[in-house]
Amino acid sequence: MMVDLSAIAATVPYLLQGLWFTLQVTLVGVIGGIVFGSLLAVARLSQHRLISTPAAAYVNLMRSIPLILVIFWVFFLVPWAIGWVTRSGRPVAVGASLTIFVTFVLFEAAYYAEIVRAGFRSISPGQYSACEALGLSKFHAYIYILFPQAIRNVLPILLTQTIVLFQDTSLVYVISATDLLGAATKIAQRDGRLVEMYLTVGVIYFVLCFAASQFVKQLQGRLAYGVR
Amino acid sequence: MSLLFEPTPDGAGRYLDWIASGLGWTLFLALGAWTIALVVGTLIGVVRTLPKGILPRLGRAYVETFRNIPLLVQMFFWYFVLPELLPVRTGMAIKQMDPPWGSFVPALICLGLFTAARIAEQVRAGLQALPRGQIQAASALGFARGSMYRLILLPQAFRIILPTLTNEFMTIFKNTSVALTIGLVELTATAREINENTFRTFEAFGVVTIVYLVIALIAWQVMYRIERAVQLPSFASGRSRP
Repeated sequence: MMVDLSAIAATVPYLLQGLWFTLQVTLVGVIGGIVFGSLLAVARLSQHRLISTPAAAYVNLMRSIPLILVIFWVFFLVPWAIGWVTRSGRPVAVGASLTIFVTFVLFEAAYYAEIVRAGFRSISPGQYSACEALGLSKFHAYIYILFPQAIRNVLPILLTQTIVLFQDTSLVYVISATDLLGAATKIAQRDGRLVEMYLTVGVIYFVLCFAASQFVKQLQGRLAYGVR
Repeated sequence: MSLLFEPTPDGAGRYLDWIASGLGWTLFLALGAWTIALVVGTLIGVVRTLPKGILPRLGRAYVETFRNIPLLVQMFFWYFVLPELLPVRTGMAIKQMDPPWGSFVPALICLGLFTAARIAEQVRAGLQALPRGQIQAASALGFARGSMYRLILLPQAFRIILPTLTNEFMTIFKNTSVALTIGLVELTATAREINENTFRTFEAFGVVTIVYLVIALIAWQVMYRIERAVQLPSFASGRSRP
C-alpha cells in the first residue's frame, strides 16, 4: 500500500500538541520523581528501621508492578482520595492530566530512588566522616556535600532512566489521554490511516530518543575523563 | 477478598477463574517472549562484538531501533501496521486469526524482539568485559570462532551479566501488561474487567497487585538459584570481577 505524505502533513499541529503533553509529563515525572526519589533514597539509607523499612517497601512494591496497573490505581484512587480529604463524602472527578502527573511522580520516584541510592553508595565513606567531623548537620551534609557528588556519579544512568520515562509516557494511552501517541491514535481512527500515523509517531520517538541517548553516551565519555 | 469466589456474570465460573486465566496468559506470554529474546539477543550481542564487516553494523541498527521506540508503539506496529504492509492474502490471514491468538502472536513477537535488543546490549557488555587474553588463548589453541564463542566466551559472559539479566527477566512479566492495549486479556486487563463488572476497585486491583508481587518474588528466586548453581570458584562473586 502507498503511504500518503500529504495526509501526515495536515496532522502535524495536532501531533505537536500531543508531543507537548508528552514533554510536560516527562518534565513533571523527572523533577517530581528525582525529588521524591532522593527523599526515598535518603530514607532507605537511614539507620532507623521505622524510616528505612517503609521506604524500601514502597520502592520494591512500585518496581514489582507494571506502570499500566499503577495508572489504573491512581485513576481510581485519586478521585476517591480527594473526596475523602475534602470531606465531600464521594469521589471527586479529576482530569486525566492530574492522574498522569501523580502516577509518573509516584512510579518513577521508585526507579530514581534506586539510582540515587547507588550514587550515595559510590561516595567514599570518608566523605560522611568528614561531614560529621566538621560538625555539619545531617541536612546540610546531604544538601551541600553528599547529594551533589552522588548525582554527578550517576548522571548518565539518571539521564538514561529519563529516556525510559519519556518512552513510558506513551502508556497514558490506556486512559485515553492525548499525548503524542494518543493524538496519533485519534487521527488514525478518524481518518482510517493507522499505517501512516503509527509509522510517523515511531519515527518521531526514534529520532528524539536516539539523539538523547547519543548525548548521554558522549556525556558518559566526558565524565569518565573529567573526574578523578 | 470474597470477590474471588463470587460467580461471574457469564455464569461460567467464579472471578478466581478469570484471575487464573489472566495469570496464565501473562506467564505464557512472558516465558515465550523470554525464550525468543534470549536466542535473538544472544545472536545479536555476539554479532556486535565481531571485529569487522556489515554484521556488527546491522546489529547496532537493530538495537538502536528497538530501544529507541516505546514498547507500546512497537506493539501497535506488529498488530495494526504490519498486516497492512504484507501482501494482501497474508495480511488478511493474520487479521483473521481466532482470539486470543490474533493479539497473542503479535504481542509475543513484539515483546520477544523488544527484549532481545536489551539482552543483546548486556551480552555485548559481558563479552567485552572479558580480558582479551581469553580470545588470544582460544585462538592459540586453534578454536574456530564459533566454538570459541560457544565454549569459552559466552559461558563466562553469561555469568558476568546474570545480575542484570535477572532485572530483565523480572521486567518482562511487567511488560506483558502492554499487550492489553491490543486486546489480550492478561492479568491487568482482568483486573480492569472485574472492576467494570463489580465496581469493587480495591479488591480487583488489590488481588492482581499481589499476584504481580508474587511473580516478581518467584522470578527473582529462580534467577538467584541459577546464579548460585552456575557460580565458578574463579568468579568468586560472579558480580564484581570481569
